[in-house]
Amino acid sequence: MEQFNRRLLTIVTEAVLERELLAEFDALGVRGYTITDARGRGGRGTRKSDWAQDGNIRVEIVCEPALAERVAALLRDRYYDHYAMILFMQDVGVLRPDKF
Amino acid sequence: MPAMDPVILFFVLGVVAGLARADLRLPGAIYEFVSTVLLLAIGLKGGVELARDTGGMPLTEFAVLVALGLALPLPVFAVARHVGRLSREDSASLAAHYGSVSVGTFAVVIGYLASRGIAYEARAPVWVVLLEVPAILVGILLARGLSGAVAWGRLAHELFLGRSIVLLVGGLAIGWVSGPDGTASIQPFFFGLFKGILALFLLEMGLIAASHVPTLRRHGIFIIAFGIVMPLAAAVVGATAGRLLGLSPGGMTVLATLAASASYIAAPAAIRTAVPEANPALSLTAALAVTFPFNIIVGIPLYERLATYLHG
Repeated sequence: MEQFNRRLLTIVTEAVLERELLAEFDALGVRGYTITDARGRGGRGTRKSDWAQDGNIRVEIVCEPALAERVAALLRDRYYDHYAMILFMQDVGVLRPDKF
Repeated sequence: MPAMDPVILFFVLGVVAGLARADLRLPGAIYEFVSTVLLLAIGLKGGVELARDTGGMPLTEFAVLVALGLALPLPVFAVARHVGRLSREDSASLAAHYGSVSVGTFAVVIGYLASRGIAYEARAPVWVVLLEVPAILVGILLARGLSGAVAWGRLAHELFLGRSIVLLVGGLAIGWVSGPDGTASIQPFFFGLFKGILALFLLEMGLIAASHVPTLRRHGIFIIAFGIVMPLAAAVVGATAGRLLGLSPGGMTVLATLAASASYIAAPAAIRTAVPEANPALSLTAALAVTFPFNIIVGIPLYERLATYLHG
């Protein structure tokens, strides 16, 4: 089965940023994403998902590597200093390249 | 002294269970549901009463409440900045939280008054709506000035169409349009179950408050003192404003409680995005782990006495 290379960008950050991030993604031309509620522990302590004020979200975007780099650079410049946020990337194979 | 209202004991249970790390956790969806029902019930109740009583809200009352919302953050900011020696952003964040109001505390005070048979103005939910937003805007201005760094359009959308305002105003409108008879079929759910829903809400609030205690330890004595002294001072301002507006003792108690309460939903969300440099744990911990418990356990009975005393 033929596979096409794309990049999976995963962002774990504060739920309160959701709306703002979606606007950033739209402006950058991100075509799709998946968001789930998340909880865990990191540099800013334990973050639970049972209350919106303390909650985290996990955002996953599958896209062209160049776009993933642009999203990552923007998030680093605008959000890393003041928000709980991590992101990481993986190469993934997709079957329908026109979707991503 | 009458025994403590059982709903408050649910809050205590939540705190104790949280501190003891008991295996107790309400899913986020339950909190959302419970708070949605509370907000709608408060709005509906106000709307039904307003439909019964033809007198509207005097314009001076409207103006005084908005002025109160704009003015309350200023002394909070000054105290945080000069006594607490906090950064400008943290002081502004505290100003926004303490100037704005807590609907949870409002729910407790109206439950308190109802169980004692003390009447208060039916339009009280409108005060919540009027007091919620101005202080948050002032807090952001205190941190940012009038610079272009704030996306005011999006912020206004977030504030004025926030969950609590939409549900309160929506409930008020439905109650007012439908009146006492029209709402008869939904009253068992919204009014009959009010105290039970409030008890669940307070159980969850207790768990949340307990989860903030470690932060409280880190920030020390200032934040505890601040979280107790600020509401006491604000309650005097609120009760006095109520007296000048000619409110009933019950209404003065509600207004004193609203002035004393600190926002832990609308303000944290708005400040987090508009003033990211502010430490979100500081304001939220003060509001949730100090001021909210203080108000519902000690404050409200005290504010009621203050209102009775000032009313003469």
